[in-house]
Amino acid sequence: MPKTKGKKRKTIKRLLKYVTEGYKLQLAVVLVSIIISALVGVIGTQFIKYLIDDFITPLLGSQSPDYTRLLNVIMIMAVIYLVGVVCTFTYNRLMVNISQGVLNKIRKQMFNHMQKLPIRYFDSRTHGDIMSTYTNDVDTLRQMLSQSIPQVFSACVSMVAVLIAMLATNIYLTLVVLAMVILMVFVSRYLGGNSSRFFVKQQEDIGKVNGYIEEMMEGQKVVKVFNYEEDSKAKFDDLNEQLCDSMTKANMYANILMPCIMNIGNLGYVLVAVIGGILSVNGILTIGSIAAFLQYVKAFTNPLGQVSQQMNSIIMALAGAERIFDLIDQEEEVDEGYVTLVNAKMENGKIVETEERTGMWAWKHPHKDGRITYTRLRGQVEFENVQFGYEPKKRILHDISLVAKEGQKVSFVGATGAGKTTITNLINRFYDIQDGKIRYDRINIRKIKKDDLRRSLGMVLQDTSLFTGTIRDNIRYGKLDATDEEVEAAAKLSNADKFIKHLPQGYDTMITGNGEGLSQGQRQLLSIARAALNNPPVLILDEATSSIDTRTEKIVQEGMDKLMKGRTVFVIAHRLSTIKNSDLIMVLDHGRIIERGNHNELIAQKGTYYGLYTGAIEID
Amino acid sequence: MLKKLASYIKEFKKDTILTPIFVVLEVVMEVIIPLLMARIIDVGIQNGDIHYILEMGILLIVSAILSLTFGMLSGRFAAKASAGYAKNLRKAMFHKVQDYSFENIDKFSTSSLVTRMTTDVTNVQMAFQMIIRILVRGPIMMIFALLMVMSISMKLSAVFFVAIPVLGAILFYIAIKAHPNFERVFKKYDKLNRVVQENVSAIRVVKAYVRESFEEKKFKEVNDEVYENFKKAEKIVAFNGPVMQFTIYTCILLISWIGTQLIVGGEMQTGQLSSIITYAWQILASLMMLSFVFVMIIMAQSSAERIIEVIDEEPTIKDKENPVTEVKDGSIKFENVSFQYSDEQKDDKFALENINLDIKAGETIGIIGGTGSSKSTLVQLIPRLYDVTKGSIKVGGVDVKDYEIHALRDAVAMVLQKNVLFSGTIAENLRWGDKEADQEDLEEACKLAQADGFIKEFPSKYETVLDQGGTNVSGGQKQRICIARAMLKKPKILILDDSTSAVDTKTDALIRKAFREEIPNTTKIIIAQRVSSVEDADKIIVLNEGKIDGIGTSEELLKTNAIYREVYESQMKGGDEDA
Repeated sequence: MPKTKGKKRKTIKRLLKYVTEGYKLQLAVVLVSIIISALVGVIGTQFIKYLIDDFITPLLGSQSPDYTRLLNVIMIMAVIYLVGVVCTFTYNRLMVNISQGVLNKIRKQMFNHMQKLPIRYFDSRTHGDIMSTYTNDVDTLRQMLSQSIPQVFSACVSMVAVLIAMLATNIYLTLVVLAMVILMVFVSRYLGGNSSRFFVKQQEDIGKVNGYIEEMMEGQKVVKVFNYEEDSKAKFDDLNEQLCDSMTKANMYANILMPCIMNIGNLGYVLVAVIGGILSVNGILTIGSIAAFLQYVKAFTNPLGQVSQQMNSIIMALAGAERIFDLIDQEEEVDEGYVTLVNAKMENGKIVETEERTGMWAWKHPHKDGRITYTRLRGQVEFENVQFGYEPKKRILHDISLVAKEGQKVSFVGATGAGKTTITNLINRFYDIQDGKIRYDRINIRKIKKDDLRRSLGMVLQDTSLFTGTIRDNIRYGKLDATDEEVEAAAKLSNADKFIKHLPQGYDTMITGNGEGLSQGQRQLLSIARAALNNPPVLILDEATSSIDTRTEKIVQEGMDKLMKGRTVFVIAHRLSTIKNSDLIMVLDHGRIIERGNHNELIAQKGTYYGLYTGAIEID
Repeated sequence: MLKKLASYIKEFKKDTILTPIFVVLEVVMEVIIPLLMARIIDVGIQNGDIHYILEMGILLIVSAILSLTFGMLSGRFAAKASAGYAKNLRKAMFHKVQDYSFENIDKFSTSSLVTRMTTDVTNVQMAFQMIIRILVRGPIMMIFALLMVMSISMKLSAVFFVAIPVLGAILFYIAIKAHPNFERVFKKYDKLNRVVQENVSAIRVVKAYVRESFEEKKFKEVNDEVYENFKKAEKIVAFNGPVMQFTIYTCILLISWIGTQLIVGGEMQTGQLSSIITYAWQILASLMMLSFVFVMIIMAQSSAERIIEVIDEEPTIKDKENPVTEVKDGSIKFENVSFQYSDEQKDDKFALENINLDIKAGETIGIIGGTGSSKSTLVQLIPRLYDVTKGSIKVGGVDVKDYEIHALRDAVAMVLQKNVLFSGTIAENLRWGDKEADQEDLEEACKLAQADGFIKEFPSKYETVLDQGGTNVSGGQKQRICIARAMLKKPKILILDDSTSAVDTKTDALIRKAFREEIPNTTKIIIAQRVSSVEDADKIIVLNEGKIDGIGTSEELLKTNAIYREVYESQMKGGDEDA
């Protein structure tokens, strides 16, 4: 319990920091406006007493009452009230700016941070759960920022003013009131603690529900094919029931908070009245001051009630904030690299950095002594005794050593699950190896800045991801500043041009959510076009043509071979026809390389590859 | 709309009705308590009567306890009713969405459906809770205060009777102004959600292309749109509070001015004036409370509309009346079938054109064709994932539209090209095919699909937990699990949509052998890129650009069909086998 308390305090502090940072001036205006607005309210309550004592009473006896002075006072009061209204308006308006600004900033920070998280993070959560943080969790903050904070502050201003007045009147009675306040704090701690526990659970449950909905929507075809609608409804109902349960409990504790606070206040009132009565009988206190004091008690508990009414949204917001900060606090991909990739050109036989796109790249390698050396990018990749497992205990790759020389086409063959994809995921550091070394042009890839490493590696994955936008936009993802001609050239090279031209709006056809009109093979052609446009020094093709028919594949391959001539290409494919012309073929089995060589060598070996090729055996 | 929304309260009707009742009781106590307090001051303290103070004090404490009880009960019922209401709304939506066709889903988009089922429901829920708690409290407090004012001075109460309708009109105007803005906000929310969703599911592409900053820019754009629109909407709503304050302050000043003259004229006492002012403050307080609720309702209105839209959407594919509930056999007949996707309807382009097919029960059919030749589209028409645009499809001699959808899909198992596994264990995923399947059934199906071997190699075997999308098994393993899942259905028709592409030829052959031997009466339709996968089929259909280019056995097609011959030769030449 004390640990979560500390965490909560930290969460509040962090949230407030968003408000205070960047909005100093506006916040100052807001605070002043709230104070003025609250004071106008206090003056307002005093005004009537003043009106009666100083104006109405004197006027009572007069035959021809002169209302001009009264009118003056009312005009003055009108001005004061107007100031109050203007202040209320000001802080309401400014709080919209501040709260929406903070939400905007938090969302942006979350997203930008998320871009830096390792692949592992995305593997371990449902997509819907992540999405929920951006909407449901951020939403919890909105009410707290725009409504609760100003109200609580305004209530505090009034309470402090009243407390001072109380102290001035009588210390002992004030102590009674303070004792009540302590009781209130305990009660609200208990209820608030319970409530916040369930609000945290509520936000988690919303995330789960969100995740489930998203997953079921993505897999809707499978749901329909398997007649799974009823089961998916049943499972949803379970999650929904859980959410309802935590929601009910969270709101219940929060809802009973206000009646508790208000009635403890009532109890305090009675105590003060009784004690005050006794004191006045004994002549210690005047009747007038007790009456005044009792008014103060009322004035003190009213804002307290207001605050406790806001507790609901505050506690909920803290629960949401915890999940938001959890995302923001996730550890980023480690990138200790300092070697960068630059465009280069040869000058007097030396490599020099240049701004131009020369088609030649170099690794810029700063040394400790301040020297900078340039190594030409050749695309040579070396694995030295690499060990890897997604979980530390379960090793997937054992002792992988290989050299892919500049310009070679290196292929991986092996049964499903042999570790082919894993190897390529290590080159671009989607995952970090546990032991051994991977070198890229003789540089340990750990020393290369991740962005630059990845920029030097083009990648076409089996699962094609398209984005909402036009076909053109999707291909352009490979090179953002590509001209329309470049985009179309890349599409021609990948043979996607043919089907694109048949689409109703050609290159400007919108791909929406599911892109249902596009077949899997067409999607693959698009992602190959994307890679072709990207024109990377080294290319990884991971089952990139698996859904493309063999005739089309052949055309695509010829195009890609032309494009990648003299550059290193890694290929993973089931179809041996795809990889037959490779310079180096690695046969993988259970995370180990069991054979290597080119097609002819491997055939001559009469080993596994030979068996595969002739269809005689299967690795499994 | 209100009526429709109210119909989802259902089993929480009791809680929904009890909440305002207890709120009323609580308010009654809250009215009594200040009166008792006033008596303590006016009588007890003034006279120094400790006894009286104690008496009233005990009464006050009893009232406080009652008030507390009522308050707690109303809070409890309110929580139960609102959370329950939200649950029912979500349930109604999700159940409805499960009956949607793909046309329906595309109309909304996945990300929008997700927002509607969570964020929008939360908005409505909060408003609902506010309505049953505060919307009762505010007016009652106000009416009580107004009654008190009227009992003191009818003339002065007129001030309020003018002010309150004026205020109401202004608030209504604000609401009308704000509403379209909130509508826009939620549309932007959908977009924001979509950007996040696409980013998360394409994160490998994003990272591989180092497009983080591009994505950040994309997100910034939509994030700023949400910000701008929300700010605009809330800025309009921000008028609420000040307008109310302004009205009530004006009332107070008017009352002071008129009241003074009344007092001087001898029509009223000074004490009465100060009472009226106190009540004016109470009216202000309850109005402020109402304005708070009002804002929530304005926002919730847009959300409610979005929820109703989902519930009201009519599924475009549904059972007809008195449907056929049993599929006799696995024969399939396409008669002059043409098809176009809904989003392409503007054009005369058909994904499939004039398809005629006659497949007998138990036959094995191979389908081969170039990328984009509508192979997948063709087979997806059989279990009615989409409805034909022209012509008809008969399964077991009956038009697919005449079947109960559930019965039809039960008889047709399909392994999709885009295999989807769900987060959960392998066994759970397999049981999609047959809920009642025991371990033995699972293993049997997996053996047929050649999946048993590798599953047993996992440390947790069939209980191995899969991530969303099954990212922790390889493509070929995924395909085999999916085939096993389909086999468990014991279907009359089994469709494999390019679902052995990542499986090696040997395993592929073993799977086909198992099909032949273990499920001879099931009609098997196999879409493949590899000729070897379909070579031994009873019939091979060659598709080209949505039309049938040739039908026949491999031998026949080699003689008559140019496309087939070309594919065959390119794959078989020089023993071009697949691994």
